[in-house]
Amino acid sequence: MTTPLAGYLLVAALLFAIGLAGALVRRNAILVLIGIELMLNAANLNLIAFWRFGPHPELLTGMMFAIFSIAVAAAEAAVGLGLVISIYRHTNSTDLDKMNRMKG
Amino acid sequence: MQESAAFTPQFAAASITGILWLIPAAPIVASGAIALLKQPRRKPAAALAIGALSISLLLSLIAFCHVVAGWARGAVVREFVNFTWFRFGSSNVDLGWVLDPLAAVMLVMVSFVGLLIFIYSVGYMAHDENFTRFFCFMSLFAGAMLGVVISNSLLLLFMCWEIVGLTSYLLIGFWYQKPSAAAAAKKAFVTTRVGDIFFLLGIVWLFSQTGTLLFYDYGVGSLEGLALVNLASQHAAFGLTAAGAIALLIFAGAVGKSGQLPLHVWLPDAMEGPTPVSALIHAATMVAAGVFLVARVYPLMSIGAAPHGATAALTVVTWVGASTAVFAALIAVAQNDIKRILAYSTISQLGYMMAGLGLGGVAVGIFHLITHAFFKALLFLGAGSVIHGCHDEQDIRRMGGLRADMPLTFLTYAIGMLALCGFPLVFSGFWSKDGILEAAKHWDISKGPFYLLVFGALLTAFYMTRQVCYVFFGHWRGHDAAHESPKVMTLPLIVLAFFAMALGFIGTPAWPWFHAFLENRAVAFDIHAFAEPGLGLLMLTSSVVVFIGLGLGWWLYGDQSPKAEAPDVLEKSAPWLWTPLRNRLYVDEFYDATVIAFYTWWARVADWLDAQVWGGIVALVAWLFSLWARFNRFLDVHWVDGGFDKTCEELSSGGGLLSRVEGGRVQNYLRILAAAIVVLAAILLWSSRP
Amino acid sequence: MSPIFYILAALTIGGGLAAVLLKNLVHAALATTVAFAGLALLYLELDAQFAGFAQILVYIGAVAILIVFAILLTRGSDVPKDGVFSRTWAVGLVIAAAVFAVLAWAVLESLRAVPQQAAVPAVTVDDIGNALVGRYVLPLEIVGLLLTAATIGAVIVAMHEKERPKS
Repeated sequence: MTTPLAGYLLVAALLFAIGLAGALVRRNAILVLIGIELMLNAANLNLIAFWRFGPHPELLTGMMFAIFSIAVAAAEAAVGLGLVISIYRHTNSTDLDKMNRMKG
Repeated sequence: MQESAAFTPQFAAASITGILWLIPAAPIVASGAIALLKQPRRKPAAALAIGALSISLLLSLIAFCHVVAGWARGAVVREFVNFTWFRFGSSNVDLGWVLDPLAAVMLVMVSFVGLLIFIYSVGYMAHDENFTRFFCFMSLFAGAMLGVVISNSLLLLFMCWEIVGLTSYLLIGFWYQKPSAAAAAKKAFVTTRVGDIFFLLGIVWLFSQTGTLLFYDYGVGSLEGLALVNLASQHAAFGLTAAGAIALLIFAGAVGKSGQLPLHVWLPDAMEGPTPVSALIHAATMVAAGVFLVARVYPLMSIGAAPHGATAALTVVTWVGASTAVFAALIAVAQNDIKRILAYSTISQLGYMMAGLGLGGVAVGIFHLITHAFFKALLFLGAGSVIHGCHDEQDIRRMGGLRADMPLTFLTYAIGMLALCGFPLVFSGFWSKDGILEAAKHWDISKGPFYLLVFGALLTAFYMTRQVCYVFFGHWRGHDAAHESPKVMTLPLIVLAFFAMALGFIGTPAWPWFHAFLENRAVAFDIHAFAEPGLGLLMLTSSVVVFIGLGLGWWLYGDQSPKAEAPDVLEKSAPWLWTPLRNRLYVDEFYDATVIAFYTWWARVADWLDAQVWGGIVALVAWLFSLWARFNRFLDVHWVDGGFDKTCEELSSGGGLLSRVEGGRVQNYLRILAAAIVVLAAILLWSSRP
Repeated sequence: MSPIFYILAALTIGGGLAAVLLKNLVHAALATTVAFAGLALLYLELDAQFAGFAQILVYIGAVAILIVFAILLTRGSDVPKDGVFSRTWAVGLVIAAAVFAVLAWAVLESLRAVPQQAAVPAVTVDDIGNALVGRYVLPLEIVGLLLTAATIGAVIVAMHEKERPKS
């Protein structure tokens, strides 16, 4: 915690871990997607922090990366939630424990 | 003065010796040609056989004249042609042919008598359906016999000897459907084989000692100079020299072929063959081959003997011959089959020939061989004529009175019979047999053979008279009427009868042309030769003996005509004598009990060995193999297959285990991903620490 | 470290935790929104104003609503009878903890060497606009394409299936 950068990065790491835990532990498919969104946001935070405290901030590299990440995350959320809805229509459930039709 | 022909191509072409090989080749080629004909083609078969033998006769006469011409000039004629058959290692095996007086007279005799018998056979075998096969075999025989006569190599002689034996077997068993004929053929072959084994041993020994099997080969042949002296100086077993031992081994082959005492048993049984076969093979020629063999290797037999003395080999030959002569004559007295009487007579006369060779040398023995060939062939052909005329009856007790029905046959048969008995002066048998008796008288070692041979002459006259009386005198005891034979059969009889009388005159003491010819001496007609001391007494003695025999026979059997089934006169009066003689002195039974019994036992042992021991070994090997196969199968099923199956099971269950990783649950996948990232990151970070 | 940072960090982390732990899905979605808001404020704190406002606009304004829509469409408001956590939740927790450990260790290990500068960059929307159509024009276009494809895809995926014609 000696530098502000370290602080932000740790926050991002913690948020990432929380998001991952949610994605791995919760049963509902939508909550898995929420967890994924949290992970993406943690990554964005990392990017902005590095842009702010890294060399050459005038190149806007980190910011651009983060903006594009936001855009892509939005698209991915849309598609993902659409998939969940579609699966719900077929199996009438969103319980991931029950979805093992890809079992080998 | 030795003059032998050098083999150059020009000389050979110009001389009969070069084409001597044609003499046996012609009948053999004819035999092959006849073999290719079908059965019904009789005329071509007979024509081929008679034609080929005529060619042989012609060439033989040319050769004979050539030799006579040479002899008349005073040369020792011995022309030969040798060639190498094959080499092995450093030694050669040579073959060749030789033309000398011995070969010349034998050639003429064999081809002439053979030709007459061939002509006779055309009539005799006319009703037989296997006419062509008969002439095929007869031709082959004639060729092989001529080959024996001209052979200069002991090996070539042996090969032709064996072919002669083969054709004898084929011809004895000509009517092979008859079991007795088949058995007789087998007996002939096996018995002569016993002699031939010893013969072969002799050949091998001779080859190993001298390195050559040629008789005459410019001085290095086995019967010439150095080889002979070497053989005579080496010592073999039982006090014999190598020469003597080899000579005795070769003589053993002659014993088998010529039916001398221990191996005579096949000759009477050989009468199962057709009568021309009996005439040619078992009277005139094949059986004479044994005598010829002894004459051919006479230098081997006689080396080391003092003049008028004898070697061990010649002594054995003499005694065997003399005892055979008497033995067979005794048996002939009590036989009832016309051909069997003649068979035993042949054995007896062969004994005379052997004794003659042993006692007096080549000329004496061979002279009797030549005369015997003619009158014995005559007798056999006459017997064939009788059998033919009596509708295939062979028992003399069922014949009789044929003097009237078959006059020509009777006349010629009588001539032959008197020649065989040795009726004095006019008939050839007298002179040839007397030659032997004279040599026997002068033999230093023992007078035994002389007495035996004289006794044999008595018996000969006796049994021949008996036979003639039974057949030609008295009344007809048969069934249908008898008839004379056709001209094609009687003509050869007449020719042979002529020679049975005429041949004697070339061997009388006054003019011993034959002996001089064979011994390469000069000869002149000298009536005073009869005045030689002892000769007159001998001639008288033998004549008296013949008359006694004839008289005894006539007295007992004369013009009587016993009933067909009545016992013989002698049988009634002296059954103790008759029965053993009738049963051939039990020789066959003796062999049956000893040799045949042993052989049968041995065959059974071999069969047992084959079935149990060798068969057992084979079965054992098979069982071991099946065991091995079963073991392999066990391995295959349990280990290989089983291992494979187990592996597959494990793979499958392992796969099953692994497939649990794919639970189908997304969260699990994600967990694994995250864990893997953690591990990778940790590794990366750890490795990049400063 | 300023106290603002700590408050904002606590807000964000709290929102995240709540989002993950709450049983009620709608509450979880709202907690997520709080987390998003916290993050937007953190961006502002980091002088990335454009990013912060973009975060508010996109995440809170679109993504969160989307999530609520999805919850409603899948009857997620009912609490499932088996519990909200997976049967093997401990494994997941352990893995997440391991991830955090690795990341934290990476951060702490490596930051000793990184120089820090506290200069505030002067960033205007003008600069961002120029950058977007200048240096980053290709990613811009591609993102446009991606968004189009994603929209079409989402619609197709979530569409009601037509009745199959009886044949």
